[in-house]
Amino acid sequence: MAKTTAHTVRDNDLSRRTSPAAPLADAFEAGSVAGVVELREEPFLTMVGLRVQHGTEVGDRIAAVTGGLPEASGGVGGNDDCSVLWLGPTEFLVVAPMEAHESLGGTLIQSLRDALGDGEGQVVDLSANRTTFELTGSRSRAVLEKGCSLDLHPRVLKAGTALSTEIGQIPVVLWKTGDESFRIFPRASFADFLGRWLLDAMREYAAPEVP
Amino acid sequence: MLLISCPNCGSRDETEFHYGGQAHVPYPENPDELTDRQWAEFLFYRDNTKGSFAERWLHSTGCRQWFNMLRDTVTYDIQAIYPMGAPRPAPNTDQPADFGTASLAPDSTTTGTTGPSVASTDLGPAEPAATAPKGATQ
Ligand SMILES: [Zn+2]
Repeated sequence: MAKTTAHTVRDNDLSRRTSPAAPLADAFEAGSVAGVVELREEPFLTMVGLRVQHGTEVGDRIAAVTGGLPEASGGVGGNDDCSVLWLGPTEFLVVAPMEAHESLGGTLIQSLRDALGDGEGQVVDLSANRTTFELTGSRSRAVLEKGCSLDLHPRVLKAGTALSTEIGQIPVVLWKTGDESFRIFPRASFADFLGRWLLDAMREYAAPEVP
Repeated sequence: MLLISCPNCGSRDETEFHYGGQAHVPYPENPDELTDRQWAEFLFYRDNTKGSFAERWLHSTGCRQWFNMLRDTVTYDIQAIYPMGAPRPAPNTDQPADFGTASLAPDSTTTGTTGPSVASTDLGPAEPAATAPKGATQ
């Protein structure tokens, strides 16, 4: 893969790339209320779209790379290197740190391609498809509830669950990573709108609580 | 707003779904042999049922899978949800309305394998789709 090598050498200057919500970075900082609700973009995560059938030989090979494939809606699997989110019965999204991308010398995508081989399925680099918002704090659920019709109460939505749904009428993948932390994956072109929508939803929590 | 129970994802808002029109409209076995009128009827003519209607839905912002639904076009009562390819269940009014809960747990069925439970109380024979031209596949 001489082509990939040349690409790596030429384009490793990451300061030149701009993430979808980069223009909102200052606004995110200004709009965050420490410990109450904080919003930031986690740019350039490595994401890989998988289409593969459970229980097949190729499914098992892929699962060996990703640390399993979640069985049903909401499921999140993975290992130390990556997480795998259930998107559909034969569709999964692998999320890994930026460094896992092959442009930075990571091997994740290539090992997935190798695992797929000529088996039935797909391994597609989708790192530029979506960006990642991290919404944290005690009020993060309240913010999301303004525009998401899922039951986000902890008795129903447990940490470690990821669901495709809508927030503020934007199709997103919503991943509850902890008791008070969410990852939201909007497509790049929706990032600006959703970022502003979240900032607006966060505004009331900056004001002192009325006793 | 309808709450629709996706066989994969559980109950979700209607806005997450796309409507796919009448279900069980078979593709003609020999499209070349159809007259223009028969072809037009296959393409464009659909039932306009008042009452129990079998239709296709796509969970477009969720699992992106198609499924069939039996819905009353007057009351919007969702009478059954069943996998693509499964035969149309008989309409049934005794089924408890478990399609309206706001739970997001994948409550009812799993991937396309299990059909809806259909009690034996019939409302009469299910009318076959009247649009299929002669010689169409089932
Ligand atoms: Zn679904």
